[in-house]
Amino acid sequence: MTTKWFGERVQRVEDDRLLRGRGRFTDDIQEGGDRALESCLVRSPYAHARINSIDVSAARALPGVVAVYVAADLPFGDTDLPILIPHPNLTHGRTQRCLASEVVRYAGEAVAFVVADSRYIAEDAAELVQVDYEPLPVVITPEVAAAAEHLVHDDVPGNVAAEMLQEVGDVGAAMKSAPHRKRLHFRFERGAASPMEARAVWARWSDPEQKLTVYDSTQSPTSIRGGLAVLFGLPESSVEVIAPDVGGGFGPKIMLFYPDELLVPFAAMQLGRPVKWTEDRQEHFLAVNHERGQVHEVEVGFDDAGRVLALSVDFIHDAGAYTPYGIILPIITAAQVPGPYRVPNYRVRFRDVYTNATPTSPYRGAGRPHACFVMERTLDAIASDLGLDRPEVRRRNFIQPDEFPYDLGVAWQDGNTVIYDSGNYPALLEKAMQMLGPRPAGDHIGMGLGAYVEGTGVGPYEGAHVQVLVSGKVVAATGIPSQGQAHATVWAQIVADELGVDVADVEVTSGDTRRFPWGVGTFASRGAVTAGNAMSVAARMVADKAKHIAADHLEADPADLELVGGKVSVKGSPDRGIPLAAVSVLANPVRYAFGGGTEAATQFTSRPRPGPPLQDGEQPGLEATGYYSPPGSTWAAGCHAAYVHIDPKTFRMEVLKYVVVHDCGRVINPLVVEGQIEGGVAQGIGGAFYERLAYDADGQLRNASFMEFLMPYATEVPAIEIDHIETPSPLNPLGIKGAGEAGVIPVGAVIGSAIEEALGVSITEMPLSPLKLYELSRA
Amino acid sequence: MKVNGFVHPAQRDPRRLLSDHLRHDLGLTGTHVGCEHGVCGCCTVLFDGAPVRSCLMLAVQAEGHEVSTVEGLAVLGAPLHPVQQAFHECHGLQCGFCTPGFVMSVVGLLAQHPNPTREQIEEGISGNLCRCTGYASIRRAVQRASELSQQTPSPLRGEGWGKGR
Ligand code: FES
Ligand code: FES
Repeated sequence: MTTKWFGERVQRVEDDRLLRGRGRFTDDIQEGGDRALESCLVRSPYAHARINSIDVSAARALPGVVAVYVAADLPFGDTDLPILIPHPNLTHGRTQRCLASEVVRYAGEAVAFVVADSRYIAEDAAELVQVDYEPLPVVITPEVAAAAEHLVHDDVPGNVAAEMLQEVGDVGAAMKSAPHRKRLHFRFERGAASPMEARAVWARWSDPEQKLTVYDSTQSPTSIRGGLAVLFGLPESSVEVIAPDVGGGFGPKIMLFYPDELLVPFAAMQLGRPVKWTEDRQEHFLAVNHERGQVHEVEVGFDDAGRVLALSVDFIHDAGAYTPYGIILPIITAAQVPGPYRVPNYRVRFRDVYTNATPTSPYRGAGRPHACFVMERTLDAIASDLGLDRPEVRRRNFIQPDEFPYDLGVAWQDGNTVIYDSGNYPALLEKAMQMLGPRPAGDHIGMGLGAYVEGTGVGPYEGAHVQVLVSGKVVAATGIPSQGQAHATVWAQIVADELGVDVADVEVTSGDTRRFPWGVGTFASRGAVTAGNAMSVAARMVADKAKHIAADHLEADPADLELVGGKVSVKGSPDRGIPLAAVSVLANPVRYAFGGGTEAATQFTSRPRPGPPLQDGEQPGLEATGYYSPPGSTWAAGCHAAYVHIDPKTFRMEVLKYVVVHDCGRVINPLVVEGQIEGGVAQGIGGAFYERLAYDADGQLRNASFMEFLMPYATEVPAIEIDHIETPSPLNPLGIKGAGEAGVIPVGAVIGSAIEEALGVSITEMPLSPLKLYELSRA
Repeated sequence: MKVNGFVHPAQRDPRRLLSDHLRHDLGLTGTHVGCEHGVCGCCTVLFDGAPVRSCLMLAVQAEGHEVSTVEGLAVLGAPLHPVQQAFHECHGLQCGFCTPGFVMSVVGLLAQHPNPTREQIEEGISGNLCRCTGYASIRRAVQRASELSQQTPSPLRGEGWGKGR
């Protein structure tokens, strides 16, 4: 293979239709003649209440209303939705029902579903649904939940869904003998991913074909398909789920099943007409999973040089009202606190507690921004206690490049323990400090830095199908969808290299179970590692097959052939070759020529070999399906550093310089990776200083709109300087590691560190804001 | 109302938003809806040549006016409009959901300021949210669009989008 496309700044192949306004997002879908009925969910205004009665008669009577469903109308109405990731420590896992009928446990929980001729009418009808609620005491914030004065679930004592304790080494003894000890407290509030496209579902049931077609702005169409097939008792082959263009995901769209994902297909089957539901922005704030609420108690023991000898972290994770996603988030935090540093004795305990707030599941970074904040702020505290330079304390604690594979000894989210596969952490720091350069002149300027590792590319597997058409063009498909990560471009790069064709000749379909029904999803920075390697496996199988077929025709040894320039030819003599298009024709012996050169594969043309046209073990078509299942996670890493100015009067923040050094192994397309990092840092800056989910004591989210939840505009996001180092992963053939989440991870730690220095106040919580800084500097 | 140069029958439902009308009645789904409360800019279209948020207008208010949507910038098969081309070259989009809104805002911006300064660029895109890109590539795209549109004769040069077509 001569590598040509891998590593190049190939411009995206998906742009054209998106730029022309011809993208296809779920709310754009109009298929199959009938205009879809539109729908609306009735949601609880209370954070915790008993439902005494629901009266939908007025809503049903409204002209234009087609159906109104409450739990009792659903065959699955009294089924708890699944716990997606069971875990032995999740002793008190609870999930909601599709529609609540007895108790609601967060503001925004769905209680009724209205289907009408238009969304306008559906919303009118929703207002006519009369629900008699009896408010119950509200548990909000993890601290209140842990105090357990009131319970979110009657049958969950102490509000504790799960508890887990892990220890590596002997923390008690090491702490006791440490020359210095320090206790710290760090608090991280909830955050919201807020993709620009909210969620949407469109479904059609075809009675003649007995087939369900669903468009869903999900990060996992294959799982949705599996779940719908089970729920409706259909063979999976009768359920098609397509994630068309998805307008950003960032985690919460991997959650399944949101109630609408069952209700819309159900209504479409019941009513015999397409039904759609498109979320509005306020619903999105209330009903789409959040993340990040955690409170950490830390004790650290260290020596005179600033080396960490023992670390104990005890934290509470705010699960929200239910635990559909299991305890993956606190497991990740527990695993990722040590980051790129040697922590010889490490104890971590967490409790996952219920609150009357929106449930949680991963949001870009998933447990890591808070883990990184805890570790980096702790190292800053050590530096400050000992009067040491902050970068120097990092240098003294880094795991060294010759220590890989490095076994952390704690549990990882894939069921294995954490084993770092490769990396060069000191190099990241040195490069970042070099890029950051000298401190700008002026007052109230602080420097911040933060290093992190990220376990990426978790299993279980992904697959891909690659086919060379008789035209010589290549089509490829994988089960995982794209939410903007340029999959169509990067998969095409990988396939083009294996097959020796132009990127423009490879057309990729992703996230469409009609084209590729198996797979897991796009999350956890896993797409490039899992689906990327699967693409390479499948394409290499196609290349091998092409060589075997061509070998017969060229009377050459397959081992002497190569795929270059759209041809299979003898290495070193490109003239002795046969176009891939012709190989594709030969791969499928036909009786009837149907154009496209297929006469070459009919029975009266000369055949190069005796025996049946398709011999034992051979399959027709120049195509292959391949899978890649990683043995464990690959560990990406990076270091960010910044200079930040805080106006001492208005407490406005200005990021003067922000640098990123990033290592995601071999980079497939730097353009795409840099875009991921820039977007991640912007999200991190939003989460660190502007965005805050303002819950009041009654469990009401007071700022469920873009008017008050302040996502950064261009004016808030600085230019970012990015550089890469590459330590290839030894775990997968392409040597790649994931890059999707990295940008966001250390931003809170970096901004916190910089502001602490700029203002001379201690920063132990996220998010900050001008008001918060004002309060801190008055305290 | 005239949309992308074509006359369309009036919308009768007085409650219908312009954004819904464009998307679901006229099938122009390139105009996106990200918030429906006037903050994100995904729904930006040109209204008599100036950028407006179609989620904050009723369709009936557009009667007798000219609306330009992203679909009108370059007909299918024709090369991309310079602003679209610049977004492509500069990796100014990821998921593409915010993109039509940005593109229309930038078309409006360049109509006013063919050679925008840094500040004018910042100002011109400061009403559009993007959750994917972190904006750096979009800033570059605006610069590039300005260069490209000097080279390309196009209605973008500003003599009134939507007027006299
Ligand atoms: S949808 Fe109109 S501004 Fe957000
Ligand atoms: S490209 Fe996804 S929101 Fe801008």
